[in-house]
Amino acid sequence: MFGISFFAPVFQLIILGYAATFDVSKIPMAVCDFDHSSSSRSLIQKFTSTEYFIVEGYFEKTSEIDHQLDDGHASIALVIPRGFEKKLGSGHPAPLQLIADGTETSTAGIGLSYASIIVSNYAQNILLESLMKKGSVTTPARVSAEFRVWYNPELKSRNFMVPGVLGLLLMVMTMLLTSLAIVKEKELGTLEQLVVTPIKPYQLIIGKLAPFFLIGVIDVILVVFFASLIFSLPVKGGVLLLLLLSLIFLMTTLGLGLFISTISRTQQQAMMTAIFFFMLPMMFFSGFVFPIENMPTIIQYVSYVIPLRYYFVIVRGLFLKGVGLDILWPQALALFIFGSVILSMSVLRFQKKLE
Amino acid sequence: MKSHMVSLNILPIVRKEFRQIKRDKRILSILLFIPALMLLMFGYALNFDVKHTSMAVYDEDRSSTSREFVEQFFISEYFTKVQTLESKAEINNLLDAEQARVVLVIPSSFTKDIQRGRAASVQVIVDGANSNAASTVLGYINAIIQQYSVKVMTESFVRMGQQNITMPIDFEPRVWYNPELESAKFLVPGLIAFILMVTAVVSTAMAIVRERELGTMEQLMVSPIKPIELILGKTIPYTLISLFATVTVLFLGYILFDVSIKGSIFLLSLVTFIFFIGSLGMGLLISTMVETQQLAFMIAAIVSMLPTFILSGFVFPIRNMPIIIQGITYLLPARYFLVVLRAIILKGAGLSAFWDQALILAIYAFFMISISSLRMRKILR
Repeated sequence: MFGISFFAPVFQLIILGYAATFDVSKIPMAVCDFDHSSSSRSLIQKFTSTEYFIVEGYFEKTSEIDHQLDDGHASIALVIPRGFEKKLGSGHPAPLQLIADGTETSTAGIGLSYASIIVSNYAQNILLESLMKKGSVTTPARVSAEFRVWYNPELKSRNFMVPGVLGLLLMVMTMLLTSLAIVKEKELGTLEQLVVTPIKPYQLIIGKLAPFFLIGVIDVILVVFFASLIFSLPVKGGVLLLLLLSLIFLMTTLGLGLFISTISRTQQQAMMTAIFFFMLPMMFFSGFVFPIENMPTIIQYVSYVIPLRYYFVIVRGLFLKGVGLDILWPQALALFIFGSVILSMSVLRFQKKLE
Repeated sequence: MKSHMVSLNILPIVRKEFRQIKRDKRILSILLFIPALMLLMFGYALNFDVKHTSMAVYDEDRSSTSREFVEQFFISEYFTKVQTLESKAEINNLLDAEQARVVLVIPSSFTKDIQRGRAASVQVIVDGANSNAASTVLGYINAIIQQYSVKVMTESFVRMGQQNITMPIDFEPRVWYNPELESAKFLVPGLIAFILMVTAVVSTAMAIVRERELGTMEQLMVSPIKPIELILGKTIPYTLISLFATVTVLFLGYILFDVSIKGSIFLLSLVTFIFFIGSLGMGLLISTMVETQQLAFMIAAIVSMLPTFILSGFVFPIRNMPIIIQGITYLLPARYFLVVLRAIILKGAGLSAFWDQALILAIYAFFMISISSLRMRKILR
C-alpha cells in the first residue's frame, strides 16, 4: 500500500502526460484522384506537406473510400473529380469533395478547418495567378494574420494536462484513501476499540489525516520533480508558492475524505461514493480537460462550488504562465474559505458520529 | 444430474450476493444510476465544441473598415467580446487573469494598407494553455480572416476593373456518421465500455476480496459449494447489473442525445457479452491476487478504469500518442471494444469491418477466464 501511494502518482503523470493528448497530426487521408493532372497532384501535395495529413492510400473507386472510412483506416477522404484542372482555368468553380469521419469529433473538427485553410489558400493563389495573367499588374489587397500563442506556444496537450494531473492525483490520493482508511476501521470494528481508549477525538482525527496529508505533500514534490525532469515543465511561478497553495487545497480534499467516511459504512460504499459523487463530477466540471466556458450555464454555476476549479487555475497559472499571488489571490482565497468550511464541518460531523 | 446440482448450489449464493447488494441501498442505487449520471455528465459537460471564446479587441485603427472587420468575429457564436482595450499594456494582465482567451490587435495602418492594395496584417494573441481549445479557436480565426480577405480581394479587383470574380474551387466538405460533430455521439459508445469496466472489474474484484477480508470466504470454502459455483454465484448479480447499465446508456443516449444504433443489435449484444466476460475474468484475477479491498480497488483502478478512460481511444485519439504508448494500448481489451462499438452504433458497419477486433476480444476473454479460474481454484483449496 505504501509503495503504491508513491508509484501511482508517477505512473499516472507519465501516462497522462504522454497519452492524454488531443494534438492533431498525421490524420490518415484516403485520396481518390480521378483527374490525374498536375493541378490535382499539386493540391494533394499541399495537404501532405503539412504535418496534419498523411496519405494512407490512393484509390480509384469511391466505393473503396466507404470501406476505408468504415474500417477506420482513414479519417478523411479527398475526392478530386475528373476535369478538375480544366475547370480551374475556365472561370467556373471546380468541385472538390472532402469527407471526414465525424465519429472522432475533435479530430474531424480540427482536420476540417485545416483542410479548408489549405484549399482556400490554394484557390486564392490560382485566382491571383489567373488574374495576373489577364493583365492586372497591381496586387490586390489582402488581410493576413500574425498569430502568437502564449503560455504554450507549441500547443502541446501535455503542457495543459500535466499540471492538471496534480489536482487529480491529490484528490485521489488524499480524499479517496482517507475515506477508505477510516471506513476500513469501521468495517473491521477497530474504530470502536479506538474510541474506548483514552485517545481524544481530535487526536484520532489528526492521527488519521496526518499520513495522507504527508502523502499529499510528497505527491506534490514528486509531480513537480518529474514534470520538470520528464516533460521539461518547470514551475515558473515558484515551487514554494505551489506547495503553499497545495496545502490549502489539501484541506478541502482531506475534509471531503473525512466527510465521506462519516456517510459510508463499508469500503465499497466509500469508494463508490467518492468516485461517482465527488471525484468524477469534480473532475469533469472543473475544467480538467474541457473548458468551463463551453458548458451549459447551470453547470458553469455549479463549477463555482468545486474547489478543484480554483486549484486548476492555480496550477496552470504557476506552471504555464508563471504568474504570482497578485493574479491568483482570488483563487487562493476561495480555496482557503472552502477548505476551512469543509474541514471544520467534517471534523464536527465525525466527532458527533464518534459519540 | 451433475449440472442439476450445480444450478441448485449457485442460486443461494446469487441470492446472498443480491441480498448484500440490496441491503446496501447506496451501492445499488449508484450501480443503477451511474450510467444515467455519467451520460448526463458526458453529454452536457464534455464538449469539444468551442463556443463563446472570450475575445478582447485592441483597435489602433478605429476606422469603419476595422470596425467592420472586428464585427466578423462577433456575428458568429464562436466569440464573445469581453473588452475593448485602450492600450497594449492591458493585454498581459487580461490573458494572465484569464479574462480573455484571445486578443485581436489591429494596427493603425489597417485601412490604409487595404486601400493601397497591400497586405494588411493583424495580430492575434491566443492563450494556448488549453491546447485543444486553442487549436480549434485558431482554426475559426483563420477561417474568418480568410473569408474577409477574399472579400477585400474581390472588392479590390472590382475597383481595378475586373469583373466576374468567382473562387476557382467549390469546396464541399462533408462529415459522415456524425454530421454535426456532436461530442455526445463520440462519447456515448465509449461510456458503455467505461461503465462495464467499473461494474465488471471493480465491483467483482471488490465483492470477492471483501469476503476474504472479512473472513467469510473460509466459511464458504468449508461449505459443500464448488469453486465454479461460488464464482458464478458471485458474478451473476454483477452481470445482470451490467446488462441493465448497458441498456440504460443506449436508451438514454437515444432519448437525450439522439444516438441511435445504426448497425445490428444482435452483433452489439454479442460483442458486449464477450467483452464483459473478459472483464469479469480480469476482476476475478485481481481478487485472487490481493487481500484487501483497498488494494483491490487501487489495482482495479490502475489496470482497468484509468486505461479505459485514457488509453482506449475513449476520449483521446490513440493515433496521436507516442509509439510506445500506442503499443501498450494493444494490450487493452477496451481498445478493440471501442472500435466495434463505434462501428456498430455510429457507422452501422457489419461484421466484415470489425471481425478481427471481435476475435481478439474473444481470445482475451478465454484467457482471462481460464487464468482466473485456475488461480481461484488454487486459492479456494
